[in-house]
Amino acid sequence: MAGKTADKGRIELDDAVIRFAGDSGDGMQLTGTQFSNTTAVAGNDLATLPDFPAEIRAPAGTLPGVSGFQIHFSSHEIYTPGSKPDVLVAMNPAALKLNLADLKPGGILIVNTDAFTQRNLERVGFTTNPLEDHSLDGFRLIGIPLTDLTRKALDAVDITPKEKDRCKNFFALGVMYWLYNRPTETTEKWIETKFKSRTELIEANLLAMKGGLEYARAVELFQSIYEVPKAKLTPGTYRSISGNAALALGFVCAADRAGLTLFQGSYPITPASDVLHELSRYKHFGVVTFQAEDEIAAVTSALGASFAGALGITTTSGPGMALKGEGMGLAVMTELPLVIVDIQRGGPSTGLPTKPEQADLLMALFGRHSESPLPILAAATPSDCFWMAFEAARIAVKYMTPVIFLSDGYLANGTEPFRIPALSELPEIPAKHFQPQNGAPFFPYQRDPETLSRPWAVPGTPGLEHRIGGLEKADVTGNVNYEPANHEHMIRTRAEKVDRVAAEIPPTEIFGAKNAEVLVVGWGGTYGAIHSAVRDAVERGLPVAQIHLRHLNPLPPDLEGILRRHKQILIPELNTGQLRFVIRSRFLIDAVGLNKIQGRPLAVEEIQETIEAMLEGATR
Amino acid sequence: MSTTAKKKSGSPAPPAQTKKDYQTDQEVRWCPGCGDYAILNAVQSVFPQLGIPREKFVVISGIGCASRFPYYMNTYGFHSIHGRAPAVATGVKITNPELEVWVVSGDGDALSIGGNHLIHAMRRNIGLKILLFNNRIYGLTKGQYSPTSEVGKRTKSTPFGSLDRPLNPISLALGSECTFVARSVDVYQKHLMETLKAAAAHAGTAFVEIYQNCNIFNDKAFENFTERSVRAEKNLELEHGKPIRFGADGEMGLHWAGTHFDIVRVADVGEDAIVVHDTGAPHPTLAFALSRLEPPQAPMPIGVFRDIEAPAMETRVWDQIRAVQKQRGTGDLDALLHAGDTWEVRG
Repeated sequence: MAGKTADKGRIELDDAVIRFAGDSGDGMQLTGTQFSNTTAVAGNDLATLPDFPAEIRAPAGTLPGVSGFQIHFSSHEIYTPGSKPDVLVAMNPAALKLNLADLKPGGILIVNTDAFTQRNLERVGFTTNPLEDHSLDGFRLIGIPLTDLTRKALDAVDITPKEKDRCKNFFALGVMYWLYNRPTETTEKWIETKFKSRTELIEANLLAMKGGLEYARAVELFQSIYEVPKAKLTPGTYRSISGNAALALGFVCAADRAGLTLFQGSYPITPASDVLHELSRYKHFGVVTFQAEDEIAAVTSALGASFAGALGITTTSGPGMALKGEGMGLAVMTELPLVIVDIQRGGPSTGLPTKPEQADLLMALFGRHSESPLPILAAATPSDCFWMAFEAARIAVKYMTPVIFLSDGYLANGTEPFRIPALSELPEIPAKHFQPQNGAPFFPYQRDPETLSRPWAVPGTPGLEHRIGGLEKADVTGNVNYEPANHEHMIRTRAEKVDRVAAEIPPTEIFGAKNAEVLVVGWGGTYGAIHSAVRDAVERGLPVAQIHLRHLNPLPPDLEGILRRHKQILIPELNTGQLRFVIRSRFLIDAVGLNKIQGRPLAVEEIQETIEAMLEGATR
Repeated sequence: MSTTAKKKSGSPAPPAQTKKDYQTDQEVRWCPGCGDYAILNAVQSVFPQLGIPREKFVVISGIGCASRFPYYMNTYGFHSIHGRAPAVATGVKITNPELEVWVVSGDGDALSIGGNHLIHAMRRNIGLKILLFNNRIYGLTKGQYSPTSEVGKRTKSTPFGSLDRPLNPISLALGSECTFVARSVDVYQKHLMETLKAAAAHAGTAFVEIYQNCNIFNDKAFENFTERSVRAEKNLELEHGKPIRFGADGEMGLHWAGTHFDIVRVADVGEDAIVVHDTGAPHPTLAFALSRLEPPQAPMPIGVFRDIEAPAMETRVWDQIRAVQKQRGTGDLDALLHAGDTWEVRG
């Protein structure tokens, strides 16, 4: 948070990290989202990390019930939500206990003193009150009786005391808006829309926010306030977007560009349900959302929809994709377009439903019986989910194949500015429902010589009646066939079709030093942390470079050459080394792993330390 | 497409079709003597009579002997995976409600591995015709007991007798809110064809249980009511609007005893005491009670148990989409991308 003093009492910062933490019922996700939206509109680059428990409402005041929201915003491009906050807002002792270790030394600690009762302290194992026992002396502790002040601010509003207490997050938000000199219009507008059926709640929440602002100003709560100037982003129109919202938009756009009905078969599962929620709102785009009876029906109904000529997609998380395995195999065999979205979460089994992990790569590659390859894509950032969803749909339609799109809980719920593309930037997706050719016989498995895709003959088309299914097909005719040579031919042909996608993968972008000593290879949601670490190393003149894979099957055709040009390969992953396993087995290259499986994103510092250790080893 | 009207009135008459139009060049691979041949014959005979263009038919199956069916039907077809045919078919039917989607399944496929999909398809009232070939045995896996096998059944997997209690498919269908529920038998060709035609005319889910003899692993499973010597006294053919009577001269009948049917002699109770079959009854109670009857204690009811009108799911899906489009206008992609708070970054 190093900065320069702009004028008396106002300090200009390059960037700031703040974290809101409180009870699940304290509205921390909402508070964080409001601060993010305001910050986005103010022109900063930003990245957010919501962190909430799997339980909807764990008992109030307990450690499992703590919900957090971190936002990192800056005047330059940033890539992660930051690891150590400069400011921590703790709404109760549980939130303090769980988050204090992350707060930067000397950081600002704002607490709701009203919540630090004997009972609340004991409940989370404090034997003395940390606000009084000097254990917080290393921080700039600012105690605010938030509950009491909120009640006073809302004295004249005719709502229940419970409803008044629920407004205290807006009081805290007001304090933070003062500290970072943020405009309040975005939140005012939101409150007015959100509570339009209850005007007294509009008044209450506006008064609470204003109360917080005025209080911070009047009592000179902070010695100085901060200013984070606008970031210089690529020119364009921006909005703040989460990964799940971005991928929903990506599919709507892809279906539009392909001229196809979008059919989503899905069964609710954390953290993928938001995609179903988003798409179910887009009925006016002709989007069909089908909440199936289970994960298997979700994938098979989507496949049925594709057979009938729609763009079938199914969205889930790891446990759901495990259940979809056989249906995905059927999609491989019937060679129909289908996108399977796996928003990865901590596992195995129910695991850590709300925490990020990227341990489904090997399931995506190998999690079906027999030889059943399919293209696999992974998004790098929340806004990249838009582009990769679009790309997944494009490949599925062009190559007549199921495609897996990997996201994770970190990308799904994290937000960042999204440069809204002009419609002309979205490529057309040539979707070809096959038409009868002047009475010529129709062969459902006669392939396009370039892509090896088979014709998409949609029921209802006269003259193209045919049968498909899970049994092995004879080449060309598609009839059931058990001949040994045909089976091997078809196995190899299906693999070859997937491999041909590689020809369309753009050249891999290498960031950083030429002829670097260490090449850091990543995939998925770790992009931001890796990029921040490598950028920092490059700025310090270290021989480090980065590539980030968005195509995991087939791999980019230039990948092997790039890997071989570098002496040391580091692959940071939120798993025990799944991409490393692939790279080693494909190229016999002895990559080094940085592996973390804690249900938390990689920290920039962790990557920096590993890079430095590898460089040190090289010079010895 | 109208779902409540008994359809197809408005479309121009398609060229006359024959049974041959629905046969494929694929060699039929069921065991000689299998009841599936008779059902295939009935379906191939009925389809040309429905006045529907051939390309509109889609036959979708799961896994099992019955599920080879699509390969022998010269329509669009999808031989999917075990138990999932109703789910695949749901995707097809919602995407294109104009299609005539027929699901072919067996007692293992539909009631065991696919039980979940079957009940949910029926509760949604999606416009599928679901034919359940019930032979009370697993045939393709060579003779294990099925969810409809009787208790004590000795099979390869139950050498000392099966302990499971069987499911009653008709009771299950009624309990799943199915709007058309019927039963027929492979060897009753005429009855089977009439039942299929009735199913074809129904909008929403039409469930037809077809007793099908597996002459290899469970031969003569239905002889206790189909065998000629007992047919008259053990066959109960349901007809809408008619008193429920059976026996060689209709001398037996069903009398409602408040919680169940009593089997009575019509002469003993008088004709007025015999229940009149109403497939459109708002309550499924009597249909359910009928479904509980079976030999040897009672006759086996065949025919349509229930046939009520309710909007089909695929219709409601597209009605809702059109309603939202009417209310909000057809989606504007640019507006969608720019939804919410946006800001400009200038170069």
